[in-house]
Amino acid sequence: MKKKNRKKINRSASKRAGKKVEEKLVFSRPQSLRDVDMHYCAGCGHSIVHRLVCEVIDEFKIRDRVIGIAPVGCAVIAYDYWDFDVSEAAHGRTPAVATAIKRVRPDNIVFTYQGDGDLAAIGTAEIIHAANRGENITVIFVNNGVYGMTGGQMAPTTLAGQKTSTSIAGRSLRNDGYPLKMLEMLAVLPGVRYLERVSVHSAQEIFRAKRAISKALGVVKSY
Amino acid sequence: MPKIKIDKNRCKGCYLCIVNCPNSLIKIDDELNAKGVKPVVFSGGKCTGCAMCAIICPEFIIEVYK
Repeated sequence: MKKKNRKKINRSASKRAGKKVEEKLVFSRPQSLRDVDMHYCAGCGHSIVHRLVCEVIDEFKIRDRVIGIAPVGCAVIAYDYWDFDVSEAAHGRTPAVATAIKRVRPDNIVFTYQGDGDLAAIGTAEIIHAANRGENITVIFVNNGVYGMTGGQMAPTTLAGQKTSTSIAGRSLRNDGYPLKMLEMLAVLPGVRYLERVSVHSAQEIFRAKRAISKALGVVKSY
Repeated sequence: MPKIKIDKNRCKGCYLCIVNCPNSLIKIDDELNAKGVKPVVFSGGKCTGCAMCAIICPEFIIEVYK
């Protein structure tokens, strides 16, 4: 206790004496994220999720082991932003490609990055069967509730009453049915190990999302 | 003294940093940048270096020094 107090006094004394304190960079772009402008709309959460993935990869030093699979959708050119091995897949078939890569190269960490048009619309069969087989892959599902790339049309995950360019008066449950709950669907399958729903709308939620990504990539124990 | 540096010409004008700064030290500039939007600028007040603006920025143009 005494030692601590002495240190504090010393520091404040040096400040008072006008010593120049060196500035330290505490936050900047992660190394595995290329220094290019992103094509996403202003305020889009996609780029925040890109950064979180890169931060986790940098922190746990798995950059040479990780293989990402980019989807079709807004994040289709994710390989232009990520500076590690990334593959591209056909629309919705990302878990199938990830399955193949993981089976051929079992030592690599394989993750897919999918939007709601890719995972919840055209690729519903692929994700459910990959989860049911218990494949050793990670899926990062970015769900914004609309088809952003093609102009904001209604998606299967659009909430009831949400206004989109093809449901101007809001999604009606009578015509369009209920929004698809992917997490609840996958949670009942015995092959699934870890599921978490997070958001990136505030700084606190971004921390939570980063923790979820590091758990999902298998670098932190989830149990 | 903690401070932030903003790369003006890469700002897309979502202004999420303005909403998330706990001390309201970030303002909208009066002039347009290369992208044609009014970028954000650091007003130079008493920054605590909490990095909330940099964490929420989707373009990663804010660097925080402490």
